[in-house]
Amino acid sequence: MKKHRVLTALAVVVIIGLLGVFNLTFDSYRLRILNLCGVYVVLGLSMNLINGFTGLFSLGHAGFMAIGAYVSSLMTMSPELKDTVFYAVPINPFVKAMSAPFPIALLMGGIAAGILGALIAAPILRLKDDYLAIATLGFSEIIRVVATNLQSITNGALGLKGIDRVTNTGWSWGIAILTIYFMKKLMDGSYGKAILAIREDEIAAEAMGISLFRHKMYSFAIGAFFAGIGGGLLAHMLGTIDPLMFRFILTFNILLIVVLGGIGSITGTVISACVVTSMMEVLRFLEGKMDFGFFEIQGIPGMRMVVFSALLMSVILWYPRGLMGTSEFNWDFILEKKYLKLFKKKKTVSEEK
Amino acid sequence: MTILNVDNITMQFGGLKAVSDLKIDISEKEIVGLIGPNGAGKTTAFNMITGVYKPTLGNVYFKDVNITGIKPHEITKLGIARTFQNIRLFKELSVLDNVLIANHLRLKSGIVASVLKTPAYKKEEKHIYEKSLQLLEDVGLLDLINEKAENLPYGKQRRLEIARALATEPQLLLLDEPAAGMNPQESLELMEFIREIRDKFDIAILMIEHHMQVIMGVCEKIYVLDYGVTIAQGSPENIQNDPKVIEAYLGVE
Amino acid sequence: MDGQVFLQHLTNGISLGSLYALLAIGYTMVYGILRLINFAHGDIFMFGTYMAYYAITSFMMPWWLSFIIAIMLTVIFGVMVERSAYKPLRNSPRISVMISAIGASFLIENIAIVVFGGRPKTFPVPEMFAKVLRFGEVSIVSVTLYTPVITLLLLGVLLYIVNKTKTGMAMRAVSKDYEAARLMGIDVNRIISFTFAIGSGLAAVGGIMWGMKYPTLLPLMGMMPGLKCFIAAVVGGIGDIRGAVLGGFILGLSEIMIIAFFPALTGYRDAIAFVLLIVILLVKPTGLMGQNLTEKV
Repeated sequence: MKKHRVLTALAVVVIIGLLGVFNLTFDSYRLRILNLCGVYVVLGLSMNLINGFTGLFSLGHAGFMAIGAYVSSLMTMSPELKDTVFYAVPINPFVKAMSAPFPIALLMGGIAAGILGALIAAPILRLKDDYLAIATLGFSEIIRVVATNLQSITNGALGLKGIDRVTNTGWSWGIAILTIYFMKKLMDGSYGKAILAIREDEIAAEAMGISLFRHKMYSFAIGAFFAGIGGGLLAHMLGTIDPLMFRFILTFNILLIVVLGGIGSITGTVISACVVTSMMEVLRFLEGKMDFGFFEIQGIPGMRMVVFSALLMSVILWYPRGLMGTSEFNWDFILEKKYLKLFKKKKTVSEEK
Repeated sequence: MTILNVDNITMQFGGLKAVSDLKIDISEKEIVGLIGPNGAGKTTAFNMITGVYKPTLGNVYFKDVNITGIKPHEITKLGIARTFQNIRLFKELSVLDNVLIANHLRLKSGIVASVLKTPAYKKEEKHIYEKSLQLLEDVGLLDLINEKAENLPYGKQRRLEIARALATEPQLLLLDEPAAGMNPQESLELMEFIREIRDKFDIAILMIEHHMQVIMGVCEKIYVLDYGVTIAQGSPENIQNDPKVIEAYLGVE
Repeated sequence: MDGQVFLQHLTNGISLGSLYALLAIGYTMVYGILRLINFAHGDIFMFGTYMAYYAITSFMMPWWLSFIIAIMLTVIFGVMVERSAYKPLRNSPRISVMISAIGASFLIENIAIVVFGGRPKTFPVPEMFAKVLRFGEVSIVSVTLYTPVITLLLLGVLLYIVNKTKTGMAMRAVSKDYEAARLMGIDVNRIISFTFAIGSGLAAVGGIMWGMKYPTLLPLMGMMPGLKCFIAAVVGGIGDIRGAVLGGFILGLSEIMIIAFFPALTGYRDAIAFVLLIVILLVKPTGLMGQNLTEKV
């Protein structure tokens, strides 16, 4: 085990080093993708905890992200800026006065989302499967509709502009690494195992003394917290947010990441977040060339999403375990040359012939 | 001293009375059997005792505390553990994890401590590990601790389920058909095993079984159910010779 | 609010409720049989509307023929979706099927954006449905009155099929107990396809009437109604056709009447469905007409 610890520490150092190098050498386009990857790692992991590890069908992620985004942004925006942005309907004075430096604002966004998660959890977590999915989706939509209408607090459909674009590689990947570390530590411990037990067999878990409600609530609230953090990071990267950003399609994008990586794998989610986010950007060329008098409706691109939807369908139909299934990265895989097993199988077959 | 007192409980599902006026008394360290043809209401009785169902009528008392209608996880905390007729292991998790998880309910550290790995938490975790490994050794599964639970052969899965239930530190253990699918040799070993765990862990055992050999060999008292009604109760000798019991079974081994 | 305006709102509410009911029936039948939320149902609805649009405008067919063709094409489309996205996953865990449904929905929507184009299209409403009828100070478009009538007619036919024909009995059997129905020799695949066919057909009718009432067509037009109609089905009692109709009307009437009485809440209109959902899930999760199911331990 000690050997592994040293290796892991080394790997972290190498990754941080690489990130530093990228940060210095990448042009702004590549850098944006890199930082976006970091943010989606956080978002993916937050959904992975609820949907993957606990086995709850939650489709409410966009709502939690919205809370985090709005709360953190309203705190980092200066009162003068707020006055300018809230030109249609004047801003609520309390909201105008509310102010905090970025790290605190981000944290508050996460906490607000987490609290909402806990509140929603109470009535909702006893619902089964599909009903839970629809209920969480319902809540997410309610949050969005409320955000669109509470003009004096959220500026309604106009959204917030001029948000300080503070999210750089340090913030996005720093928090991403912290999130990975947190998830690993949580799942290694007793509470993490209790959560997995709930996923495996709720009735058995309850029979073994695990309070279903309490643990599902933990998972939900923590997942919501990180979703809020992710939302805040995203807001401070894009510089503008509006309720339309937080529709179901946003939840779908994160679900895509989690499913492709393997529902229930931290490693899978991390890899998938990076791959999918990068590809989303890279595949933009599909839209440049596809010119059918193309009209961008409310910011949803066309062809890229067709490709990704098709990709999701393919994975779920033919390779539902995703990339990693429920397995995690393990140093033994490389050290003890277990990867050779992958090749061994093919060898034997050809030898037989 | 009576630790379980099932006081005239009835379970009604719509128009169907699955269990009628069931009365069971179990003393400390007693091994009691619950038998009857399929569909007699035995597992339903278990479910009522463990809080999965709330009895339509009647009460259940455990160590003089009324546990009727309390949630299952709290009943386990109070000291009643169970296994399942269809084996409900945490399939994708390892053998060791299955047992570790059953210790969670006794954990004093909070979730924050478990993430931060505080010294207090680490101490508890170590204790849990050692206790679980010991339990697995007792049931003879120590060589398989990292195997996925669903990969185990049937007989070993049953042993694992018992080990898991024991990890919750119960005073009363409910076994639902522990000998199902076992050959005569395995059944004999199971009988020995049940006596051992009763002696080693100071627990009372209530057992549903169809294997007459096991029931008669190991139980000190037996209740017989048919269509939810208790048709006989007493020592193995009394039950074996009871005409009502013979009539209810008519041809079972 | 005076009586005539109230009646106008009431009529609109009943009309909208009928549309929601048509869509909700499809959801409830599929859920009853497969325990699956057909997220793609709203998009099948959209497909029907667009097919009618193209049939009239591009192929210059008389409206009644276009409608029939659109319905037929939609039925085929609906069955195709079932065959490709849901059938392969019949034995998979529920979460996989749900993700597949969501994925199918998004795939259809995105293909629609590319193929139909994102610009709104205007549905060519046939004269008979576009007549404006005046009652005093109040005016109602004729399609608003046709809608509930057509819906009730179709509902009558559907209930006849379900309750009085062999196929209908098979459908009810499959929804009560899938395995037992199979063992009794029922060709479950055929029944499932039939269910999707009916659901899709009703969705197409709903889509066409929707297109005539709200003539702006967009590729995503099915998303909100789809979601709302599933909610309507849940509110009424999922798995029960009468429940779906009840839910549809409750939702349609609520939306219109609440906004009529509280115009300030206009922006929150879409949230009404979700609030209704949360309330019913907390108070009576099986829906107004639903039955309880216990899991065997």
